[in-house]
Parts: sequence; structure tokens; C-alpha cells
Amino acid sequence: MKHRTFFWFTLPTALAMLVFIALPLASVIIQSVFTPHEAVLVESENCGPFGCTKTTVIDQDVSAALRASEPLGRFVGLDIYLDRGHLAVNEVAAAWRSSTSVGNFFAKLNNLPLYRAMAFTLTYTFTVTPFMLVFGFIIAVSVNSLNRYLKGMVIFFSLLPMIVSPLIGSLVLFWMVDSRGILGSFLQWIANDPALSVKASTGLTWVMLIVYGVWHAAPFSFIVFYAGLQTLPGELMESSQVDGANRWQQTIYIVLPHLMPLVTFVTLIQLMDNFRVFEPIVGFNSEAHATSLSWFIFNDLSGETRLLSSASASSVLTILGVAILLAPVLVRTWRDFKVKG
Amino acid sequence: MASSAMRTPWYLQTVSICFIALWLVMAAFPFLWTVWGSFKVELDFFSIADWTNALTGVNTAQEHGSSFTDTAYHGSWIQEGFWVAAINTAIVCVSVVCISLIFGTLGGYALSRSSHRYAFWLLIAALIFRAMPPITLVSGYLLPFFQWNLWGHLATTIIVLVAINQPFTLWMLHSFFQKIPKDLDESAKVDGCSQFQAFWHVIIPVMWPGVITTGLFSFLLAYNDFAVTSMLLAKENHTMVPKIASFLGTTQTEGNVMFAVASVVSATAPLFLLVVFFQRHIVAGLTQGAVKG
Repeated sequence: MKHRTFFWFTLPTALAMLVFIALPLASVIIQSVFTPHEAVLVESENCGPFGCTKTTVIDQDVSAALRASEPLGRFVGLDIYLDRGHLAVNEVAAAWRSSTSVGNFFAKLNNLPLYRAMAFTLTYTFTVTPFMLVFGFIIAVSVNSLNRYLKGMVIFFSLLPMIVSPLIGSLVLFWMVDSRGILGSFLQWIANDPALSVKASTGLTWVMLIVYGVWHAAPFSFIVFYAGLQTLPGELMESSQVDGANRWQQTIYIVLPHLMPLVTFVTLIQLMDNFRVFEPIVGFNSEAHATSLSWFIFNDLSGETRLLSSASASSVLTILGVAILLAPVLVRTWRDFKVKG
Repeated sequence: MASSAMRTPWYLQTVSICFIALWLVMAAFPFLWTVWGSFKVELDFFSIADWTNALTGVNTAQEHGSSFTDTAYHGSWIQEGFWVAAINTAIVCVSVVCISLIFGTLGGYALSRSSHRYAFWLLIAALIFRAMPPITLVSGYLLPFFQWNLWGHLATTIIVLVAINQPFTLWMLHSFFQKIPKDLDESAKVDGCSQFQAFWHVIIPVMWPGVITTGLFSFLLAYNDFAVTSMLLAKENHTMVPKIASFLGTTQTEGNVMFAVASVVSATAPLFLLVVFFQRHIVAGLTQGAVKG
């Protein structure tokens, strides 16, 4: 294709991505090193017969003029990144010095909002991803042995948890697991504890969110693996049978290697998607027990005063997190490209 | 897998059927239960006394004379104005799908037909953008949108959603276009078509399955979005998902949580129909990227 034709064909999409993804990204980075101006204060002294009183008032005109002339605010460098609401360097250092053990140190870190959000986000990402892979694989293998008509029905119902909005899916589960809901009552009956409430306990809230994550994501790996199983070379399976391989050995040495590229693909997509976990926190109303990085940004933005600088700094940190998470994959793609020339 | 050598022993068959049954219950029961419960009053669906109230609807019968009631739907759709949100969602989704597909087919086609290095870089940039959580971009939108009075309008949200969906759309369409042999547009060009005519009259007609599949996924991304729509739309023109979220925050008084339940059921119904009619396309779309890699 000629350069010129290529340019006109890709112009709309490239322009959309440039204006609404690349530029906002640049704007986020810039905003994260600026903070709103402080109000300009004027101190005036009133002297009367009973002595002098000092009053401090905000000089509205000067403040407004300053805001208008420099709408970004004042430059603060990396201060926002390092403050208590974000990386909290001073607090971390203090906690490290005063901690008696590693466990104690992590307990103190857990009081800092960003680290709390990071802890849950990472736990969620690295538990949901393997569980959904295994769960999806088992469903795929089981469905593969069903007859044709049942297969269609199972696929139909399996798509539902994945396709509903995460907020809706989490609400549906949340209402069931509520202490007055059906699952909540069931859990109380099993544990023989009428006061048991999932949303009141931190540990159970985490488990509930992870169960939701697997429930929501398993259909994806199921469908992909199921499609992969359809292309399994039949002769290979038969000849392995002739060579005396049992079912277990066939699964380990033939089926899994055949599905390996798909596992990489699903893992990549899931790492991206689980790292941005957000709606379930809102749906399960769990911010007292578990917050995520995305929720942390949302929380800054949704208050009465939108904390743009703080949200921008968290956004940049989140993007850095994604970059670190996906770096191995990107490096591999780059190498493949180099090999291909 | 049909050969006799591969026949599954009975115990494995039993285990796998039990497992499938369990999964089906997990996947479908929560939705059936919520649909059933949405026709009850709150005291039945969230019953302190006895969970079977949700099945029998004792309190519903007492209050409304029948064990099913549509008060929750009436309350959310009419009283709380959920119908406005439904119309907004329809406008946003249809516009996002149309614009995404126009931008995406043009770009995806060019990318699949170009072997230059910059085509590769454009795809990599799209992959990186795909990896970024959408909420991280929102703080970049707010300041300029407030400054230029763009905030709160459906049109702004539509174009933002189009842009956020572009990376995904581009990748998906790119892999669909690659499956179409290049000889097809080459021969059209030999016959005197321009590149665009070849694209429009020759390639698009054979691309319909791919376009429909990609359209479905754009639809889902727009329909399910919460982060962008809740931050960029004013309260009056919220779409369905942020509207449901706002029910949770403000209406904690007795009976009103049922508004949220009814809205959740209403918002799930179109998705259910979507799966009924387009199951094959959705499955094809999910496996598209994977089978290639």
C-alpha cells in the first residue's frame, strides 16, 4: 500500500487515539507535577482602643488572577508522588525503622491508602488469573465430552457471567451474599453462626471479590480453550495411545503443549483486565476492606472537590504498574518482530 | 475425539457431568434468582426472618395482594427516571458502534495491507493503549473539558468511548482482514478500482461476519462502561450503569434497593437477547485473537 493511501485510511483512528488517549496521557503526566495555587492571604491589623487584633483574609482578586494566569497551578515536582497519600516515602521509612519484624512493617504499610490499594490489586490479579485459567480449562475439557446439543446450551449460559457489566454482575452476587440474601443465609447455616456477615469481615470480602473475579473471567478462558481443543490433532492422540500413554499423560504431554499459545494469550489479557479491577469494589461496596488502584483514582475524582493532581499522580503510578506487569510480554513481541525482520 | 480408543471411562464421565452441572448453576442461578426476586418487595428478597420468603413472597402478597408485584420496575423506570438512562444508553451505544466501525475498518484494513514498519508501530501503540486502564485517562479529560464546556454532554462521552475502544477494534478487525486474501483487492485494482473502491465494493462485502463480531464487542464495551460514563456525564444524562450505581448511593431507604434490583434486571435483559441471537459471533470474536497467536 502506498504511504499516501495508508495515511488517509488510518487518519481517523490515529487522530482519535492521539487526541483522546495520547494527549490526555501527556496532560495527566503534566498535571501530576502541579498542584492548585494556595489562596493568597492578606494579613491586616486593626487597632482600636482595646489593643490591636490581627485578621487574615483571602485576597479573592489576587487569588483569582493567579489562577487565571496559571491554570495548571504551581509546579511542585515529585512532591505529590512522595506525599502521604501516594508513595509516602517518609512514612514508609519511619515504619521500616520502627518495625520489629517484617510482618509488623507490612501491617503498618497497610495503613497507607496507596499501598492498601496496591496490595489488594496485586493479590486479586495474581489469584484470579491462575484460578480462572484452571477453572476454564476444566470446564472446556468437560464440555468437550458432552453431546452436541448440550454443548450449545452450556456455552449459552456460560457467556452470561462474562458478558454482563462488571457492576451488574457484582451487584447480583452481592445481593445474594448479603446476610439477608440466599447465599448469606446458607453460609450462616453452614457456619452455624447467625451473626456471620461476609461484608463485615476483611478476609471474607477479599475471598468474595476473588470468587466474583473467577466467576466473571472463567467463561473467557473456557471458550478460548474449548476452541483450541477442537483443533487437537487426532492422530497424535491415537498414536500416543498406541505407545501406551494413559489419559493423564496425554493431557500433560499433548493437550497442554497444544494449548500453550492460548494460555499465554489468555494470561496476557487477564493480567491487563484484572489489574484494572474497579467496578466490583463499587458493586460490593467494599472500600472499607478492599480498595484497588482504579478505585483509588476514581475516589479522588468523584468527590465534591475533584483532586485532579492527586488522581493524576495515582494514574501515572498505575500505568507504571501495568508497564512493569506487561514488560516481559512486550519484550517478547519485540524479539519476535526482530527475528521476523 | 470420536474414536473408540478415546472413549471416556464412566467415572470420568460422571465427574465431568457433575462439574458441568455445578458450573451451570453457578453461571445461571444468580440471574434467575435476581429476576425472580425483582418482582418481590424488599422484605421478601432480603428476608431477615426466613430465606424461603423470597420464594413464596409472603410479604409481597400481604402488601400487594399477589405474590408478584411490579412496584420495583414502576419505581425505577417512572419515578426515578430510569427510562431516560435507557434512551441515553441506546444513543451512546449505537453511535459508538457506528463510529468505531467506520474508523476501525478503514484503519484495520490499511494495517493489514501494509508491510511498512510504521504499521507495526501503530499496532504496538494500540496494544499499549489497550493495556492502560481507562480510568487513568479520566483526570486528563476533566480539566480541558471543563475549560471548553464539553463536560457532561453525550457527544463528548461518545467520542471518548470511541477512542478508548479503538485499540481493541483495530486489533480485532486487523486480524479479520488478514484472513482475506490480498489477491482479492489486487485483482480489483487491476480492473481499475482505486484502493478505496476495492475496500468498499470488494473487501467489505466479504467482511460482514468480522464487522458484526467487532461491532458486538464495541457495543459491549460501551454498554458496560462505568468508569468513563460516570465521570464524564452529568447526572441528568447518565447511562444505565452509572444510573444503577447512583441508586446505591442515595436510596438506602426501605424499599428503594428494589429499584436497583429492577434496574439491574432491566439492564441485563438486552445482553441476554444479545447472547441468544449472536452467540456464534461472540464465540468467534473471543477466539479470534487467540487462534491466530
